[in-house]
Amino acid sequence: MARYDSLLQALGNTPLVGLQRLSPRWDDGEDGPHVRLWAKLEDRNPTGSIKDRPALRMIEQAERDGLVKPGDTLLEPTSGNTGISLAMAALLKGYRMICVMPENTSIERRQLLELYGAKIIYSPAEGGSNTAVATAKDLAAEHPEWVMLYQYGNPANAAAHYEGTGPEVLADLPEITHFVGGLGTTGTLMGVGRFLRERAPGVQIVAAEPRYGEGVYALRNIDEGFVPELYDPDMLTSRYSVGSFEAVKRTRELVEVEGIFAGISTGAILHAALGMATKAVKAGERADIAFTVCDAGWKYLSTGAYAGSLDDAEDALEGQLWA
Amino acid sequence: MSVTVSIPTILRTHTGGEKRVSASGDTLQAIIADLEANYSGITERIVDGDKLHRFVNIYVNDEDVRFSGGLETAISDGDSVTILPAVAGG
Repeated sequence: MARYDSLLQALGNTPLVGLQRLSPRWDDGEDGPHVRLWAKLEDRNPTGSIKDRPALRMIEQAERDGLVKPGDTLLEPTSGNTGISLAMAALLKGYRMICVMPENTSIERRQLLELYGAKIIYSPAEGGSNTAVATAKDLAAEHPEWVMLYQYGNPANAAAHYEGTGPEVLADLPEITHFVGGLGTTGTLMGVGRFLRERAPGVQIVAAEPRYGEGVYALRNIDEGFVPELYDPDMLTSRYSVGSFEAVKRTRELVEVEGIFAGISTGAILHAALGMATKAVKAGERADIAFTVCDAGWKYLSTGAYAGSLDDAEDALEGQLWA
Repeated sequence: MSVTVSIPTILRTHTGGEKRVSASGDTLQAIIADLEANYSGITERIVDGDKLHRFVNIYVNDEDVRFSGGLETAISDGDSVTILPAVAGG
């Protein structure tokens, strides 16, 4: 069944694709049991990213709770994808959309937001998304008539993955041993992690978080740091920090070896997934490792990540929010 | 054990502006004690009581130490230790 009455209904049920070439050992053999990587193609969602899931789920929850009605204005701090997803849903549902976005994000994200009819308020590059969150909270206080869904603390964000992404992964890969996802709002890992831990005993939940250039960490004091309200470290088995060099290297491997054209955050996730695979091979253990392809590479072509040497790409990404 | 520790901008007031410094110790706790010996006052910015400060993340070879033993995380020669403030993604 692939017919839908609305784009909003075409959400989810994304493919899970085996990486036969990048997996260290696709088949069981004399050397040991298989160690396989599986990519969940979340770029196949309505606006092309995994964020369509939490965005729609948060809006629908707010509608059920009577917090929004058509004509209302939604406000959200976002580095891009959540804003794009919310803007599309707002367009179709009749809301106005205002995004607070750090100024060091790619031109494609800004153009898409404007195409979907969103208004963008820029926050300074220094401090990255922390500053966007603080700015949005100030604006929400000044404009009580605006509705901030607030992806970092909204349980509907994690619920979208508990009810959608998690069940889809387990249905397609009942033998799953590891799930690797990106850590931003923490919604994906909290939701999928909780679902899999309840149903797949022993499953490892692994976080890959982007490590940016120095400017993004330029807080005035440590107390300006930020941990999303949704975050529960008990849901994770381990957490890795992945820099732009490794992220770009893996992003390119994914397209060059497996034909999957992904965004840069996916490269960071693949890097952590390959680390898990290497550990499994060394331990002689079977592994079926699922990871998310959060979006495709189209929105990042202008960053310089997809052409020239890896060192040049790393330099080009310095100071940019690439995840 | 001698390792290189990456210091975030926000803590470089303690290291005279140095981005990377050397420290010795066989656990993360010992590394932090060694940092304190050379860069007085840095510990209280990183550690709160017997735990890491809520808004500080430390990675040994890119793995968050909260999942690998916390302050007791074992350190080997040549490991890389990275200190970063916690920031938002999304």
